[in-house]
Order: sequence, then C-alpha cells, then structure tokens
Amino acid sequence: MTREATFNGFVSLALLLFPLWAWWADEPFMITLATKVAILGLAGVGLNIALGLGGLVSLGHAAFFGIGGYAMGILASHAQSYAPLMEWPFLIEGTKSMPIIWIVALIASAVAALLIGALSLRTSGVYFIMITLAFGQMLYYFAISWSAYGGEDGLSIYVRNGFPGMNTLDPIQFFIIAYVLLMIAILFASRLARSAFGLALNAARQTPVRAETVGIVPYRLQLVAFTLSGAITGLAGALFADLNRFVSPTMLSWQTSGEIMVFLILGGTARLFGPVVGAAVFIILEEILGDFSDYWHIHLGVLLLLIVLFARGGIIGLVAGEEKRHA
Amino acid sequence: MSFLLFVEQLLNGLQFGVMLFLTAAGLTLVFGVMGLINLAHGSLIMVGAFAAATVSAATGSYLLAIAASIVGAAAAGAIIEMLVIRRLYKRDHLDQVLATFALILIFSEGTRYVFGSFPLYLNIPPYLAGPVTLPGGIEYPLYRLTIIVVGLLIAAGLFLLIARTRIGIQIRAGESDREMIAALGVDISRLYTLVFALGAGLAGLAGAMIGAIQSVQVGMGEPILILAFVVIVIGGIGSIKGALIGSILVGVTDTMGGILLPAFFRLFMDNSAAMSTGSALATMSIYILMALVLILKPSGLYGGKA
Repeated sequence: MTREATFNGFVSLALLLFPLWAWWADEPFMITLATKVAILGLAGVGLNIALGLGGLVSLGHAAFFGIGGYAMGILASHAQSYAPLMEWPFLIEGTKSMPIIWIVALIASAVAALLIGALSLRTSGVYFIMITLAFGQMLYYFAISWSAYGGEDGLSIYVRNGFPGMNTLDPIQFFIIAYVLLMIAILFASRLARSAFGLALNAARQTPVRAETVGIVPYRLQLVAFTLSGAITGLAGALFADLNRFVSPTMLSWQTSGEIMVFLILGGTARLFGPVVGAAVFIILEEILGDFSDYWHIHLGVLLLLIVLFARGGIIGLVAGEEKRHA
Repeated sequence: MSFLLFVEQLLNGLQFGVMLFLTAAGLTLVFGVMGLINLAHGSLIMVGAFAAATVSAATGSYLLAIAASIVGAAAAGAIIEMLVIRRLYKRDHLDQVLATFALILIFSEGTRYVFGSFPLYLNIPPYLAGPVTLPGGIEYPLYRLTIIVVGLLIAAGLFLLIARTRIGIQIRAGESDREMIAALGVDISRLYTLVFALGAGLAGLAGAMIGAIQSVQVGMGEPILILAFVVIVIGGIGSIKGALIGSILVGVTDTMGGILLPAFFRLFMDNSAAMSTGSALATMSIYILMALVLILKPSGLYGGKA
C-alpha cells in the first residue's frame, strides 16, 4: 500500500470511529459535526470529479448543491402540507422518503449541470470560471425571487425525511446514511478515475491537442464529467438540507461554491480523500477558531493563502508526498 | 408604461452600466495584461466605499471622500499586488482563484472587525442632491446624472490613456508580449503594480459612487464583481471597448428587464402572477444575454482568444 492509501484508510476509519465514540459518550453535537464533514466531503467529492480529474475550475458548484437542497425542501414541504406539486397533466405529490428525494436531487442537479456545462464548456480557462460563477449567481437570485418557496427566507421542514428501516432522527443513524453515501461516491470516483473514461479525461486535461489527435473529443468527456460532478454535489445538497431541516438561497451563493473548492485545496486537489480531509479541517477550524473569535474567516483566509502559495499539495500532499496523484 | 418612465429607466440602466464599467475596466485590464483572474476586485470596491464613508464622516466633504476612495483602493491594490498577487502570475487559474478568494475572506472579515457589521452611510452632497429637468421635461436625480457623465468621462480618459500615452503603449505591448517589453527595458513588475493599482482605484471610485446610492457594507463588492464578470464574458477579455459596451448592455438589460418583463407578462396573466414571473425572469435576463453571446460568439463581442 502507498502512503496515501494507508492515510485514506486511516481517514475513513477515523471519520467512522469518531461519531461512534461520540454516540457512546452521548455527545450528539459531535455526531452532527461528523455528519457535516461526511456531507460536505461528499459535495467536495462531486466537485473533485470536475476539478481534479477534468481540470474544470468550476466556481458555480453551489448551484448544484442548492438544487439538491431545494429538491429536498420542495418535495418535503409539499408532503408536509399535503398539497401536490402539480395536478396537471399528471399528479405529482411531495414525499418524505429520502431515497426518492435523492433520486430527484441527482436528476435535477445532473440536468442543471448538463445545461450549464454545455454552455460553459464552449469556453475554457478564465472564461469558464467566470461563466460557472455567473450561472450560479443566476440561480441564487432566482431562488431569492421565487416567493412560492420561501424566497429569501428559505424553506423549513419540521421533521427529517425518512429512510426505510432506519430512524433518521437519531443522529448516529443519519450519520451512517451520510457516511455510506460518501464511501459509495468515493468508490465511484476512484473507479471512474481508473476507467477508460477517466484516463481519456485525464489525457484531455493534460494535453488536449494530443488527446484530440487520437480521436478523443474533450468537450464530450468534460460534459459527462461535469454532469456527474454536479449530480454528486446535488445529492450532498439534499443531505445537507436534510441535516439542517432547512434550505435557503445561501446554499446557492458564490461563497458556498468557494467553500466547496476550499475543501479540495485544504485536503489536496485530485486526491481521492482530499475533499473529506479538507471538509474535516474546515469544520474543525470553524469549531475551534469560531469559539474564541467571531472573525475566524480571517484565519481561514490566511491559512488558505499560505497553502496556495507554499504548500500546493494540501494536507494529503504534506502527508503522502507531492507527486502521487490517484489518477 | 409612460414614455417618461421608460427614459428614466433607460438612464438608470446607463448609470448602472457606467458603474459596472468602472469595475470591469480594471478586471479586464488586469486579465489582459497579467493574465490574472482577480476575485478580490470586489473587495477593492468595498475598500473604496469604506474609505469614502470614513473620510466623509470625518471631514464632511464629498470630494475628499471620493479622492479617499480612489487613493485608498489604489493603495490597497498596490499592497496586495506586491505581497500576494505578484506570486500568482505564473500560477494556474485555480491557484489564482483560491488565493484571491482567500483575500476576500481576509478583507471582508477584516473590515467587519474594524467597522462592525452595521452598514455605514455616505450622503449625497447638497449640491448634487435633488432632481434636474432634462430636455423633454424629464425629471432625473442630479447625482445619478453626474455618475453617468463622470463614468463616461473616465471611459474616454481610459481610451486616451491606452491609445495615446507612453504607459498605454506599454500596457498594450504587455498584453501581446510580456517577455519582449521586458527585454526592451520596461520595468515590467512596476508596470504590473501600476496597472493593478489603476484598476483598483477605478473599483474604489465605483464603490464610493455606489455607496452613496445604496449603503456601505461588508460584501457589497461581490455582487458587482460577478456582474462585471458577466460584462467581461459578453465584451471579451482584455478589451476596454468590450467592457464599455458589455457594461451598458448588462446595465440596461438588468434595469429594463425589471420593468418590461412584468409589464409583458401582465398582458396575459393576472397582476400578481405577472409580477412574480416577470421579476424572477428579470433577475435571469442578463445571464440569458450572456448565454446567447456564448452560443453566438464564445470569445465575447470584442474578444480575441477564448
């Protein structure tokens, strides 16, 4: 096993054992923190497919995170008010079932990613960054002005959605759900990176011209990667909204996009577990620094600046060495 | 809708466009010359606005406040260029995005730390307050009219600076071949600092002008920054002309969309449904404009490279 693989095993074990310890010690807040790490890590795993594997610097992933959140909010709010979403041409009712909500969140964010990607990928580089950011902002303003679903105030749901055979209101059970989904997504991402698709995508990222001469069409590969990436981040959004039992336009804001990207950098870009490590560090910093200073974002900013300028491999880069990339 | 309201909104759109131009001009110059994407440009708008509000509160002079906004933001720009930005020119866009995102966090929280979370106010001076009557009997706020005039004058000045002066020649040369102008003996790092500070000063001025219309608060710069990105995508990167045309297109589309779309939907919907559909669509109108430009001309209206 490489050092990175050992470290990954350690991270996945620690993320599982910590909430189990908290459960045993009766510290539900700690379980919630671990759940937050798992969910935000999942959002980062999504972005990592576009950014790490595809080299697509998307600054608009909050759009998919928020769409996932609103998929949850809209379905659950209709279910709790017993008002169908629509009656014509066919009846669609709300639901409080997590699996159905997840599927809707995956599909809705995949469709949004396909549309945004199809337009944004016509360009590259700095244009791509600005365009993804702009489309994200478009959805943010749309959510604010969409008064039917809470507008600026967002949507609250009273009871967390259900999963067959589990009590999702129990923090540890909800954590297990989030953890399993995170592990499935990481497994999927690692398989994707090693598949023919992943290798071709990697080639298209490194030398687009060479990839094109052997018959690879970067646009198509990148669009597929962007769509998958958006879908996973959307799923994380649905879980995050469920964790808070609340969804608001903040989930769609550009700061959210920036933060998801920060997870990747703190952990290490294009590393399989980079987003998880980054999300964990982010949450820990938020808890520790947030305790003795209301202005902890300054420290985060300085730390981020130092990492970007001087430690480009992120935390996994420091632990496992610079050059090892999982792709 | 009356003709007067239409003209008034058109002028509002123009005024908004001019503000956007002040922001977008600096961004597009910095990108064109140094190849850098600067997310912290919005923070410089905020710095300008806070500098203006502070000086205005201390001296009561609006002109001094405007001067402070330009000087304060340009100085902040020069400092971050020398400390941080300079190290990013050779890095990829991801590093630039992250480092400048970090700068936003530092600037925003730092400002919140110094000034608190409550918005400050910057008052319009008495000699610019009140309406003026334009030809055709249109009453329009003098302050907004002044912004339009000043913004257009600055645009003209910027065109002259780039087209006619020695520094403009160096900027243009830097855009096309930076090694060559370094070899010809131009101090490239001083030129970069200068261009960055120039862009920052313009952003600061925009901040002071907007601050008097809205309020001066943390995070006020980023919504404008993102619109400036839309402007640059529409106008084409590195082109001042593109930035001007893009700004006015975005400003007018945004303002007119908020008026015309609800009116349009009122033709076949009841009033409240038309209002909500129309205003929801209006918030999306400039992005739809951007999408159209992308489909028709991916490198922007005046852009060279995509």
